[in-house]
Amino acid sequence: MCQGSGWDDVTMKLGVLFSGGKDSVYATYRAMQKEEVSCLISIVSKNDESYMFHTPNIHLTALQAEAMDIPILEYTTQGIEEAELVDLKQAISLAVEQYGIEGIVTGAVLSVYQATRIQKICDALGLWCYNPLWHIDQDWYMQCLIDEGFEVLVSGVFSAPFDETWLGKRIDAEALRLLRVYAKKYGITLTGEGGELETLVTDAPFFVKKIVVLKSESVYANYNGRYIVLDAEVAEK
Amino acid sequence: MIVLLDLCYRPGSLGEDEFVRPIADIVKNCGYQYTICHYTEWDSLDMSQVRAVILCGTPLKDNLFAEKPDFFTWIPEHSVPVLGICAGMQALVLAYGGRIIENPEIGMTVVRALVPGDPIFCENEWTAYELHRFCGVFGSDFVVLAQSDACVQAVRHQTDPVYAVMFHPEVRNTWVVERFLNTFVRDGKEQ
Repeated sequence: MCQGSGWDDVTMKLGVLFSGGKDSVYATYRAMQKEEVSCLISIVSKNDESYMFHTPNIHLTALQAEAMDIPILEYTTQGIEEAELVDLKQAISLAVEQYGIEGIVTGAVLSVYQATRIQKICDALGLWCYNPLWHIDQDWYMQCLIDEGFEVLVSGVFSAPFDETWLGKRIDAEALRLLRVYAKKYGITLTGEGGELETLVTDAPFFVKKIVVLKSESVYANYNGRYIVLDAEVAEK
Repeated sequence: MIVLLDLCYRPGSLGEDEFVRPIADIVKNCGYQYTICHYTEWDSLDMSQVRAVILCGTPLKDNLFAEKPDFFTWIPEHSVPVLGICAGMQALVLAYGGRIIENPEIGMTVVRALVPGDPIFCENEWTAYELHRFCGVFGSDFVVLAQSDACVQAVRHQTDPVYAVMFHPEVRNTWVVERFLNTFVRDGKEQ
Protein backbone atom coordinates (compact mmCIF):
# COMPACT_ATOMS: atom_id res chain seq x y z
CA MET A 1 0.00 0.00 0.00
CA CYS A 2 1.23 3.41 -0.89
CA GLN A 3 0.36 5.82 1.89
CA GLY A 4 0.77 9.53 1.59
CA SER A 5 -0.14 12.41 3.86
CA GLY A 6 -3.88 11.77 3.92
CA TRP A 7 -6.49 9.07 3.33
CA ASP A 8 -7.11 10.30 -0.23
CA ASP A 9 -3.53 9.40 -1.16
CA VAL A 10 -3.95 5.76 -0.22
CA THR A 11 -4.21 3.28 -3.06
CA MET A 12 -4.02 -0.50 -2.98
CA LYS A 13 -3.22 -2.63 -6.02
CA LEU A 14 -5.72 -5.46 -6.21
CA GLY A 15 -6.35 -8.52 -8.37
CA VAL A 16 -9.92 -9.72 -8.86
CA LEU A 17 -10.76 -13.43 -9.02
CA PHE A 18 -12.76 -13.20 -12.19
CA SER A 19 -15.27 -15.65 -13.66
CA GLY A 20 -17.10 -13.28 -15.99
CA GLY A 21 -20.38 -13.66 -14.09
CA LYS A 22 -22.28 -10.82 -12.44
CA ASP A 23 -20.71 -11.24 -8.99
CA SER A 24 -17.09 -10.99 -10.04
CA VAL A 25 -17.91 -8.16 -12.46
CA TYR A 26 -19.76 -6.19 -9.77
CA ALA A 27 -16.94 -6.89 -7.29
CA THR A 28 -14.52 -5.46 -9.88
CA TYR A 29 -16.73 -2.38 -10.21
CA ARG A 30 -16.79 -1.83 -6.43
CA ALA A 31 -13.05 -2.39 -6.13
CA MET A 32 -12.35 0.13 -8.93
CA GLN A 33 -14.42 2.74 -7.11
CA LYS A 34 -12.25 2.48 -3.99
CA GLU A 35 -8.87 1.03 -4.96
CA GLU A 36 -6.81 0.20 -8.06
CA VAL A 37 -7.64 -3.01 -9.94
CA SER A 38 -4.31 -4.05 -11.47
CA CYS A 39 -5.45 -7.31 -13.02
CA LEU A 40 -8.14 -9.92 -13.30
CA ILE A 41 -7.30 -13.53 -12.41
CA SER A 42 -9.31 -16.13 -14.27
CA ILE A 43 -9.18 -19.80 -13.30
CA VAL A 44 -10.18 -22.02 -16.21
CA SER A 45 -11.38 -25.31 -14.77
CA LYS A 46 -11.51 -28.41 -16.91
CA ASN A 47 -14.08 -29.83 -14.51
CA ASP A 48 -17.65 -28.67 -15.21
CA GLU A 49 -18.59 -29.57 -11.61
CA SER A 50 -15.80 -27.53 -10.04
CA TYR A 51 -16.47 -26.71 -6.37
CA MET A 52 -14.70 -23.38 -6.56
CA PHE A 53 -14.83 -22.05 -10.06
CA HIS A 54 -17.68 -20.99 -12.28
CA THR A 55 -17.39 -22.69 -15.66
CA PRO A 56 -19.95 -21.68 -18.36
CA ASN A 57 -18.33 -19.32 -20.86
CA ILE A 58 -15.16 -18.94 -18.81
CA HIS A 59 -13.41 -18.75 -22.19
CA LEU A 60 -14.87 -15.27 -22.63
CA THR A 61 -13.05 -13.68 -19.70
CA ALA A 62 -10.17 -12.49 -21.90
CA LEU A 63 -12.68 -10.72 -24.12
CA GLN A 64 -14.34 -9.17 -21.06
CA ALA A 65 -10.94 -8.02 -19.79
CA GLU A 66 -10.34 -6.36 -23.15
CA ALA A 67 -13.73 -4.67 -22.92
CA MET A 68 -12.80 -3.39 -19.42
CA ASP A 69 -9.26 -2.47 -20.49
CA ILE A 70 -7.81 -4.40 -17.52
CA PRO A 71 -4.99 -6.98 -17.87
CA ILE A 72 -5.94 -10.60 -17.23
CA LEU A 73 -4.00 -13.59 -15.97
CA GLU A 74 -5.53 -16.88 -17.08
CA TYR A 75 -4.62 -20.11 -15.31
CA THR A 76 -5.87 -23.61 -16.11
CA THR A 77 -6.77 -26.15 -13.43
CA GLN A 78 -7.96 -29.73 -13.70
CA GLY A 79 -10.67 -28.76 -11.20
CA ILE A 80 -10.05 -31.55 -8.69
CA GLU A 81 -11.38 -30.62 -5.25
CA GLU A 82 -8.66 -29.24 -2.95
CA ALA A 83 -5.98 -29.70 -5.67
CA GLU A 84 -7.54 -26.77 -7.51
CA LEU A 85 -6.75 -24.67 -4.44
CA VAL A 86 -3.07 -25.29 -5.04
CA ASP A 87 -3.58 -24.05 -8.59
CA LEU A 88 -5.44 -21.00 -7.31
CA LYS A 89 -2.59 -20.19 -4.94
CA GLN A 90 -0.14 -20.54 -7.80
CA ALA A 91 -2.23 -18.26 -10.02
CA ILE A 92 -2.42 -15.61 -7.30
CA SER A 93 1.34 -15.87 -6.72
CA LEU A 94 1.90 -15.26 -10.43
CA ALA A 95 -0.34 -12.20 -10.26
CA VAL A 96 1.74 -10.88 -7.36
CA GLU A 97 4.89 -11.35 -9.42
CA GLN A 98 3.54 -9.93 -12.67
CA TYR A 99 1.30 -7.10 -11.44
CA GLY A 100 2.54 -6.36 -7.92
CA ILE A 101 -0.90 -6.84 -6.40
CA GLU A 102 -1.25 -6.43 -2.63
CA GLY A 103 -4.64 -8.05 -2.29
CA ILE A 104 -7.39 -10.16 -3.80
CA VAL A 105 -11.03 -9.29 -4.43
CA THR A 106 -13.71 -11.95 -4.81
CA GLY A 107 -17.40 -11.92 -5.69
CA ALA A 108 -18.32 -14.24 -2.81
CA VAL A 109 -21.81 -13.51 -1.53
CA LEU A 110 -22.73 -16.25 0.93
CA SER A 111 -20.34 -19.13 0.37
CA VAL A 112 -18.32 -19.77 3.51
CA TYR A 113 -16.66 -22.66 1.68
CA GLN A 114 -15.34 -20.34 -1.02
CA ALA A 115 -14.54 -17.39 1.24
CA THR A 116 -12.69 -19.47 3.83
CA ARG A 117 -10.42 -21.08 1.29
CA ILE A 118 -9.52 -17.83 -0.42
CA GLN A 119 -8.96 -16.09 2.92
CA LYS A 120 -6.51 -18.86 3.87
CA ILE A 121 -4.62 -18.57 0.58
CA CYS A 122 -4.35 -14.79 0.94
CA ASP A 123 -3.23 -15.17 4.54
CA ALA A 124 -0.51 -17.64 3.51
CA LEU A 125 0.68 -15.22 0.81
CA GLY A 126 0.49 -12.14 3.05
CA LEU A 127 -2.22 -10.56 0.89
CA TRP A 128 -5.31 -8.54 1.69
CA CYS A 129 -8.61 -10.24 0.91
CA TYR A 130 -11.81 -8.35 0.12
CA ASN A 131 -15.31 -9.66 -0.50
CA PRO A 132 -17.31 -6.50 -1.24
CA LEU A 133 -20.55 -8.43 -1.94
CA TRP A 134 -20.37 -10.41 1.31
CA HIS A 135 -23.91 -10.97 2.66
CA ILE A 136 -25.23 -8.22 0.42
CA ASP A 137 -28.99 -7.70 0.35
CA GLN A 138 -29.80 -9.85 -2.66
CA ASP A 139 -32.89 -7.97 -3.81
CA TRP A 140 -31.11 -4.62 -3.57
CA TYR A 141 -28.10 -6.00 -5.41
CA MET A 142 -30.10 -7.46 -8.31
CA GLN A 143 -32.05 -4.23 -8.66
CA CYS A 144 -28.76 -2.29 -8.65
CA LEU A 145 -27.42 -4.37 -11.53
CA ILE A 146 -30.43 -3.41 -13.61
CA ASP A 147 -30.58 0.23 -12.53
CA GLU A 148 -26.87 0.78 -13.13
CA GLY A 149 -26.98 -0.71 -16.63
CA PHE A 150 -25.21 -4.06 -16.22
CA GLU A 151 -26.05 -6.35 -19.15
CA VAL A 152 -26.30 -9.71 -17.40
CA LEU A 153 -27.24 -12.82 -19.40
CA VAL A 154 -28.23 -16.17 -17.92
CA SER A 155 -25.52 -18.59 -19.04
CA GLY A 156 -26.63 -21.65 -17.10
CA VAL A 157 -29.64 -22.99 -15.20
CA PHE A 158 -29.34 -25.85 -12.77
CA SER A 159 -32.63 -26.19 -10.89
CA ALA A 160 -36.41 -26.10 -11.15
CA PRO A 161 -38.36 -24.11 -12.25
CA PHE A 162 -36.00 -22.68 -14.87
CA ASP A 163 -36.95 -23.75 -18.39
CA GLU A 164 -34.86 -23.34 -21.52
CA THR A 165 -36.26 -19.87 -22.26
CA TRP A 166 -34.00 -18.62 -19.47
CA LEU A 167 -30.84 -19.54 -21.37
CA GLY A 168 -29.33 -16.38 -22.83
CA LYS A 169 -32.07 -14.24 -21.26
CA ARG A 170 -31.04 -10.80 -20.06
CA ILE A 171 -31.78 -10.11 -16.42
CA ASP A 172 -34.04 -7.10 -16.78
CA ALA A 173 -36.94 -5.84 -14.69
CA GLU A 174 -39.29 -8.59 -15.93
CA ALA A 175 -36.73 -11.34 -15.34
CA LEU A 176 -36.11 -10.03 -11.82
CA ARG A 177 -39.85 -9.94 -11.18
CA LEU A 178 -40.01 -13.63 -12.15
CA LEU A 179 -36.98 -14.45 -10.02
CA ARG A 180 -38.70 -12.84 -7.02
CA VAL A 181 -41.76 -15.01 -7.68
CA TYR A 182 -39.57 -18.12 -7.94
CA ALA A 183 -37.71 -17.17 -4.76
CA LYS A 184 -40.99 -17.12 -2.85
CA LYS A 185 -42.53 -20.17 -4.50
CA TYR A 186 -39.52 -22.45 -4.95
CA GLY A 187 -37.05 -21.09 -2.43
CA ILE A 188 -34.32 -20.24 -4.95
CA THR A 189 -31.83 -17.52 -4.08
CA LEU A 190 -32.34 -14.37 -6.13
CA THR A 191 -28.67 -14.16 -7.01
CA GLY A 192 -28.29 -17.84 -7.90
CA GLU A 193 -25.92 -18.21 -4.97
CA GLY A 194 -27.44 -21.62 -4.30
CA GLY A 195 -26.16 -22.79 -7.70
CA GLU A 196 -29.54 -22.34 -9.40
CA LEU A 197 -28.15 -20.22 -12.22
CA GLU A 198 -24.95 -18.80 -13.66
CA THR A 199 -24.52 -15.54 -15.52
CA LEU A 200 -22.36 -13.79 -18.11
CA VAL A 201 -21.86 -10.02 -18.25
CA THR A 202 -21.54 -8.46 -21.70
CA ASP A 203 -21.62 -4.80 -20.70
CA ALA A 204 -21.42 -2.63 -17.60
CA PRO A 205 -21.07 1.07 -16.74
CA PHE A 206 -17.30 0.79 -16.38
CA PHE A 207 -16.74 -1.27 -19.54
CA VAL A 208 -14.82 0.75 -22.12
CA LYS A 209 -16.25 -1.46 -24.85
CA LYS A 210 -18.97 -4.12 -24.85
CA ILE A 211 -19.19 -7.78 -25.81
CA VAL A 212 -21.34 -8.69 -28.77
CA VAL A 213 -22.39 -12.33 -29.04
CA LEU A 214 -22.19 -13.47 -32.67
CA LYS A 215 -23.02 -17.15 -32.33
CA SER A 216 -24.35 -19.23 -29.46
CA GLU A 217 -26.07 -22.48 -28.67
CA SER A 218 -28.20 -23.70 -25.80
CA VAL A 219 -28.22 -27.18 -24.36
CA TYR A 220 -31.06 -28.04 -21.99
CA ALA A 221 -32.70 -31.04 -20.32
CA ASN A 222 -34.50 -31.55 -17.02
CA TYR A 223 -33.97 -28.10 -15.51
CA ASN A 224 -30.30 -28.23 -16.38
CA GLY A 225 -28.96 -26.16 -19.23
CA ARG A 226 -26.16 -24.04 -20.55
CA TYR A 227 -26.03 -21.07 -22.89
CA ILE A 228 -22.68 -21.38 -24.63
CA VAL A 229 -21.20 -18.49 -26.59
CA LEU A 230 -19.42 -19.94 -29.61
CA ASP A 231 -18.30 -16.66 -31.13
CA ALA A 232 -18.21 -13.12 -29.77
CA GLU A 233 -16.35 -9.88 -30.32
CA VAL A 234 -15.56 -6.66 -28.54
CA ALA A 235 -17.36 -3.66 -30.03
CA GLU A 236 -17.53 0.08 -29.45
CA LYS A 237 -20.35 1.17 -27.13
CA MET B 1 -29.79 6.15 16.28
CA ILE B 2 -27.47 3.16 16.22
CA VAL B 3 -23.86 4.00 15.39
CA LEU B 4 -21.91 1.48 13.33
CA LEU B 5 -18.27 2.19 13.94
CA ASP B 6 -16.05 1.34 10.97
CA LEU B 7 -12.67 0.12 12.23
CA CYS B 8 -11.09 -0.35 8.81
CA TYR B 9 -7.81 1.41 8.08
CA ARG B 10 -9.42 4.37 6.34
CA PRO B 11 -12.93 5.81 5.96
CA GLY B 12 -14.91 4.39 3.05
CA SER B 13 -12.51 1.53 2.37
CA LEU B 14 -13.50 -1.62 0.51
CA GLY B 15 -13.64 -3.31 3.92
CA GLU B 16 -16.70 -1.24 4.80
CA ASP B 17 -18.70 -3.14 2.17
CA GLU B 18 -17.77 -6.45 3.76
CA PHE B 19 -17.73 -5.74 7.48
CA VAL B 20 -20.03 -2.78 8.12
CA ARG B 21 -22.78 -2.99 5.48
CA PRO B 22 -23.95 -6.52 6.47
CA ILE B 23 -24.29 -5.36 10.09
CA ALA B 24 -26.13 -2.25 8.89
CA ASP B 25 -28.60 -4.50 7.07
CA ILE B 26 -29.27 -6.47 10.26
CA VAL B 27 -29.84 -3.25 12.20
CA LYS B 28 -32.13 -1.91 9.47
CA ASN B 29 -34.10 -5.15 9.34
CA CYS B 30 -34.62 -4.89 13.11
CA GLY B 31 -36.30 -1.53 12.49
CA TYR B 32 -33.59 0.81 13.77
CA GLN B 33 -32.04 3.83 12.12
CA TYR B 34 -28.28 3.81 11.88
CA THR B 35 -25.33 5.88 10.86
CA ILE B 36 -21.87 4.70 9.85
CA CYS B 37 -18.92 6.51 11.40
CA HIS B 38 -15.20 5.84 11.03
CA TYR B 39 -13.50 5.34 14.40
CA THR B 40 -11.18 8.29 13.77
CA GLU B 41 -14.24 10.55 13.38
CA TRP B 42 -15.96 9.58 16.63
CA ASP B 43 -15.81 13.18 17.93
CA SER B 44 -18.13 14.35 15.14
CA LEU B 45 -21.12 12.44 16.58
CA ASP B 46 -23.93 14.02 18.57
CA MET B 47 -23.95 11.64 21.55
CA SER B 48 -27.42 12.74 22.65
CA GLN B 49 -28.79 10.92 19.60
CA VAL B 50 -26.81 7.71 20.07
CA ARG B 51 -28.76 4.75 21.48
CA ALA B 52 -26.08 2.08 20.97
CA VAL B 53 -22.76 1.59 19.23
CA ILE B 54 -21.61 -1.46 17.27
CA LEU B 55 -17.88 -1.70 16.63
CA CYS B 56 -17.58 -3.65 13.38
CA GLY B 57 -14.93 -6.04 12.09
CA THR B 58 -12.09 -5.50 9.64
CA PRO B 59 -10.27 -7.57 7.02
CA LEU B 60 -7.84 -10.14 8.41
CA LYS B 61 -4.85 -8.00 7.48
CA ASP B 62 -6.34 -4.74 8.72
CA ASN B 63 -5.23 -4.24 12.33
CA LEU B 64 -4.23 -0.57 12.26
CA PHE B 65 -7.00 0.25 14.78
CA ALA B 66 -5.12 -1.73 17.44
CA GLU B 67 -2.19 0.69 17.13
CA LYS B 68 -4.49 3.59 17.94
CA PRO B 69 -6.13 2.73 21.29
CA ASP B 70 -6.58 6.42 22.12
CA PHE B 71 -9.50 6.48 19.69
CA PHE B 72 -11.41 4.07 21.94
CA THR B 73 -10.93 5.63 25.38
CA TRP B 74 -14.47 7.05 25.15
CA ILE B 75 -15.98 3.59 25.64
CA PRO B 76 -15.52 3.18 29.42
CA GLU B 77 -16.42 6.85 29.89
CA HIS B 78 -19.93 6.57 28.40
CA SER B 79 -22.98 4.59 29.49
CA VAL B 80 -24.14 3.90 25.94
CA PRO B 81 -24.58 0.17 25.13
CA VAL B 82 -21.72 -1.16 23.03
CA LEU B 83 -21.32 -4.37 21.02
CA GLY B 84 -17.88 -5.19 19.66
CA ILE B 85 -17.49 -7.59 16.75
CA CYS B 86 -14.11 -9.22 16.08
CA ALA B 87 -11.86 -6.16 15.60
CA GLY B 88 -14.46 -4.39 17.72
CA MET B 89 -13.89 -6.91 20.50
CA GLN B 90 -10.16 -6.27 20.27
CA ALA B 91 -10.69 -2.50 20.43
CA LEU B 92 -12.91 -3.00 23.50
CA VAL B 93 -10.38 -5.08 25.40
CA LEU B 94 -7.72 -2.45 24.69
CA ALA B 95 -10.07 0.33 25.83
CA TYR B 96 -10.56 -1.42 29.17
CA GLY B 97 -6.84 -1.94 29.71
CA GLY B 98 -6.57 -5.55 28.51
CA ARG B 99 -4.39 -6.82 25.70
CA ILE B 100 -4.55 -8.80 22.47
CA ILE B 101 -2.38 -11.71 21.39
CA GLU B 102 -1.83 -13.34 18.02
CA ASN B 103 -4.17 -16.31 17.65
CA PRO B 104 -5.58 -16.54 14.11
CA GLU B 105 -8.74 -18.40 13.10
CA ILE B 106 -10.33 -18.59 9.63
CA GLY B 107 -13.58 -20.44 8.93
CA MET B 108 -16.36 -22.11 10.88
CA THR B 109 -15.81 -23.24 14.45
CA VAL B 110 -17.87 -24.54 17.36
CA VAL B 111 -18.60 -22.03 20.14
CA ARG B 112 -19.75 -23.18 23.57
CA ALA B 113 -21.57 -21.05 26.14
CA LEU B 114 -20.08 -21.00 29.65
CA VAL B 115 -22.57 -18.92 31.63
CA PRO B 116 -26.31 -19.68 31.89
CA GLY B 117 -28.97 -17.01 32.00
CA ASP B 118 -27.44 -14.37 29.77
CA PRO B 119 -30.14 -12.51 27.77
CA ILE B 120 -28.15 -12.70 24.53
CA PHE B 121 -26.24 -15.97 24.71
CA CYS B 122 -29.01 -18.42 25.61
CA GLU B 123 -27.88 -21.39 23.51
CA ASN B 124 -25.46 -23.99 24.80
CA GLU B 125 -23.53 -24.29 21.55
CA TRP B 126 -23.47 -22.91 18.01
CA THR B 127 -21.19 -22.81 14.98
CA ALA B 128 -19.73 -19.48 13.99
CA TYR B 129 -17.59 -17.87 11.29
CA GLU B 130 -14.15 -16.73 12.41
CA LEU B 131 -11.80 -14.30 10.68
CA HIS B 132 -9.24 -12.81 13.02
CA ARG B 133 -5.49 -12.47 13.50
CA PHE B 134 -5.61 -11.54 17.20
CA CYS B 135 -7.82 -12.38 20.14
CA GLY B 136 -8.44 -10.66 23.46
CA VAL B 137 -7.02 -11.39 26.90
CA PHE B 138 -9.62 -10.07 29.32
CA GLY B 139 -9.30 -8.89 32.89
CA SER B 140 -11.68 -9.60 35.75
CA ASP B 141 -13.93 -6.72 34.70
CA PHE B 142 -15.32 -8.97 31.96
CA VAL B 143 -17.40 -12.14 32.22
CA VAL B 144 -16.40 -14.72 29.62
CA LEU B 145 -19.70 -15.99 28.19
CA ALA B 146 -18.51 -18.35 25.47
CA GLN B 147 -15.37 -19.76 23.95
CA SER B 148 -14.09 -21.96 21.13
CA ASP B 149 -11.16 -24.36 21.33
CA ALA B 150 -8.95 -21.46 20.19
CA CYS B 151 -10.04 -18.46 22.24
CA VAL B 152 -12.67 -16.41 24.06
CA GLN B 153 -15.65 -15.88 21.76
CA ALA B 154 -18.10 -13.76 23.77
CA VAL B 155 -17.85 -11.49 26.81
CA ARG B 156 -19.91 -8.96 28.71
CA HIS B 157 -18.65 -6.28 31.06
CA GLN B 158 -19.36 -6.81 34.76
CA THR B 159 -21.17 -3.48 35.15
CA ASP B 160 -21.34 -1.59 31.84
CA PRO B 161 -23.80 -2.50 29.03
CA VAL B 162 -20.91 -3.72 26.94
CA TYR B 163 -20.77 -6.99 24.98
CA ALA B 164 -18.30 -8.35 22.48
CA VAL B 165 -17.95 -11.35 20.19
CA MET B 166 -14.93 -12.64 18.32
CA PHE B 167 -16.93 -14.40 15.60
CA HIS B 168 -18.80 -12.65 12.78
CA PRO B 169 -22.53 -12.73 13.54
CA GLU B 170 -23.54 -11.65 10.03
CA VAL B 171 -22.74 -15.23 9.00
CA ARG B 172 -25.47 -17.51 10.39
CA ASN B 173 -25.70 -15.81 13.80
CA THR B 174 -27.56 -12.56 13.21
CA TRP B 175 -29.38 -13.20 16.50
CA VAL B 176 -26.41 -11.71 18.35
CA VAL B 177 -27.06 -8.24 16.92
CA GLU B 178 -30.84 -8.65 17.09
CA ARG B 179 -30.86 -9.65 20.77
CA PHE B 180 -28.31 -6.98 21.68
CA LEU B 181 -30.54 -4.28 20.18
CA ASN B 182 -33.73 -5.74 21.61
CA THR B 183 -32.15 -5.97 25.07
CA PHE B 184 -30.59 -2.54 25.27
CA VAL B 185 -32.40 -0.30 22.79
CA ARG B 186 -36.11 0.07 23.35
CA ASP B 187 -36.85 3.53 22.02
CA GLY B 188 -34.88 3.77 18.78
CA LYS B 189 -37.11 1.87 16.37
CA GLU B 190 -38.49 3.60 13.30
CA GLN B 191 -42.22 4.20 13.55
